[in-house]
Amino acid sequence: MNAPMSALGKLVRTTAFKLSFAYLLIFTVFAFVGMGYVAWNAQRLLTQQFISTIETEIDSLSNLYRFGGLRRLVTSVERRSRAPGALLYLVTTEAGERVAGNVGALPPDVLSRTGQFETLYNRTDETETRPDTAIVRVYLLPGGFRLLVGRDIEERRRLQEVIYRAFGYSLLFIVVLGCVGGWFITRRVLKRVDDMTEITRHIMTGDLGGRLKIAGTGDELDRLAQNLNDMLDRIGELMRGMQEVSDNIAHDLKTPLTRLRNKADEALRTASTPDELKSALEATIEESDNLIRIFNALLMIARLEAGNAREGLADFDAAEAVRDVAELYEAPAEEAGVSLEVSVEDDLPIHGSRELLGQAMANLLDNALKYGAATGGAPPTIGVSAHRSDGEVRIAVADRGPGIPEAERGRVLERFVRLETARSRPGFGLGLSLAAAVARLHGGTLLLEDNGPGLRVILALPLKAVELPQPPLQSAA
Amino acid sequence: MRILIIEDDKEAASYLVKAFREAGHVADHAADGLDGYAMAEEGHYDVLVVDRMLPKLDGLSLIRSLREQRVETPVLILSALGQVDDRVKGLRAGGDDYLPKPYAFSELLARVEVLSRRRASAPNTEPTLYRIADLELDRLSHRVTRSGQEIVLQPREFRLLEYLMKNANQVVTRTMLLEHVWDYHFDPQTNVIDVHVSRLRAKIDKGFDKPLIHTIRGAGYMVRVGADGDEE
Repeated sequence: MNAPMSALGKLVRTTAFKLSFAYLLIFTVFAFVGMGYVAWNAQRLLTQQFISTIETEIDSLSNLYRFGGLRRLVTSVERRSRAPGALLYLVTTEAGERVAGNVGALPPDVLSRTGQFETLYNRTDETETRPDTAIVRVYLLPGGFRLLVGRDIEERRRLQEVIYRAFGYSLLFIVVLGCVGGWFITRRVLKRVDDMTEITRHIMTGDLGGRLKIAGTGDELDRLAQNLNDMLDRIGELMRGMQEVSDNIAHDLKTPLTRLRNKADEALRTASTPDELKSALEATIEESDNLIRIFNALLMIARLEAGNAREGLADFDAAEAVRDVAELYEAPAEEAGVSLEVSVEDDLPIHGSRELLGQAMANLLDNALKYGAATGGAPPTIGVSAHRSDGEVRIAVADRGPGIPEAERGRVLERFVRLETARSRPGFGLGLSLAAAVARLHGGTLLLEDNGPGLRVILALPLKAVELPQPPLQSAA
Repeated sequence: MRILIIEDDKEAASYLVKAFREAGHVADHAADGLDGYAMAEEGHYDVLVVDRMLPKLDGLSLIRSLREQRVETPVLILSALGQVDDRVKGLRAGGDDYLPKPYAFSELLARVEVLSRRRASAPNTEPTLYRIADLELDRLSHRVTRSGQEIVLQPREFRLLEYLMKNANQVVTRTMLLEHVWDYHFDPQTNVIDVHVSRLRAKIDKGFDKPLIHTIRGAGYMVRVGADGDEE
């Protein structure tokens, strides 16, 4: 077992966490790109607008100068400079002396530059000394004068700030939301997995009745839980089966064991001649042989039901096996005054164990001979047949005895179950159980039917699929 | 007959050693696979009784190693395992017979005695004619005669008599008969085999003074010349 992980370590290792983290990352990158594009575009638009305003002003002012001379220009500049929210204006001489305008200090060389550019400036009407930034254009007027028109870009800076702030906030929002959401989802999944782990551990420590909760969502975890529950049901069934078997063994073996012990005990106390002792001993040996038989039958059923007998299976002809066993029982049947009617179709290939099928058949024939004595004057016959039907081989042993009432048919397949009418005869109540186990091992079933009158037991086993003939192997040598 | 029992369960082993000695045989015991291998290789045993699950060297590997060393002593495998193909695996490894636990000692004894006899008569020199007293069985012509009179047998009855005569003077159990005559290895629950034997007996012994097919109580059957009665 691993050392218990810390809660965080466990969280980080979950699939849910990894997925949330990846999504968060992708979202953040997208948000970055999207907002960056918006910000950049807004900046570009504003700048363009500023420039076109400046161009228009320069156009109009240069026209004024051209047609009205310096005086009109100066008047117009002064007027425009005083308007609220005005652009920046400056008219200088060729030497750079200020003639008119609202721009005070400028960095040196500004006036000698042409085209649009950004520069620091101070307004004449401002008292503070901190310079602001503006986009300006210097226009050379005929006669050596210079006209500077500019626009403060503080606004653009503020917009940028707003955008960046929004950017920051939304990013924070995404990260926080993503983390919290991811955490919740992860928690939910983890909680269910942890619950499952907890319950399975609980079940492992002995409480086999426990079952996993099904959330009803039909998701993977639900399906997993359902499968685990089914598995637990199966294990429970097997456990109950085992329990039943061991109870039955305890109960049914105690009787012959006690009888064995009592016989030995009695012989010890009462037998006086060697002959008496000998016959007592022989009786005890016979009794122990019976015990060995019961044990062997029980072990065989248990092995068949555990399903690990499968590896010894091979293909064989059921017809032949049935004929062989029928032949084995012909003489005993005749001895018992019963005629055995055998009707077996040729060539019934199945995959399984000839040995076990033989054993099952022997059990059925034993039963038929023991319990199938004809009633009401019917001719004493036992029918043994094997036929093909719908991909199955149906092997039937039918007697003319009292049969088994329909209500009891399920029960007689259980181990050690013997009907009241059978109590008086020798047997252990394992024959049909074994035959049923053999049928199951072959992938088939054991059916009990009314033979009207009598009992018909049918072993329905799947026919072996016909194989295509293999091309003969070419010898290389 | 010298028997080596290779079995790690002390109690079972000492019971077997004692029982075989009481039956008039010499029995030794090895408690694990390696000791067993060494003893089997050196000692001249007639039969080895080998448990499948042994410490140090498991039963099947032991048998395989012995066969590789050309030790051809007959081996009877005892096994508590009981898969369907367990017997097949055992025989394929070089075992000659197989008995699942739990078993009756009479069954083990009968099988061991048959195995030891098989060794005495080499397989290639199997006679084509079995004779006991005035009963003759010709394996080639499938004819059976007693005192020169032909007895007509069903094919299965012939095989039954053949197996009994092949192992004349030895106990043959019902399980052994089912194995060798019908090729089934399960335990015949009712008296099926008895019925077949008594039918055979009716054909062979009826009308003759000396019965040849004898019932050995608690064990099985034996073909021999002599009085009917209990042995063992």
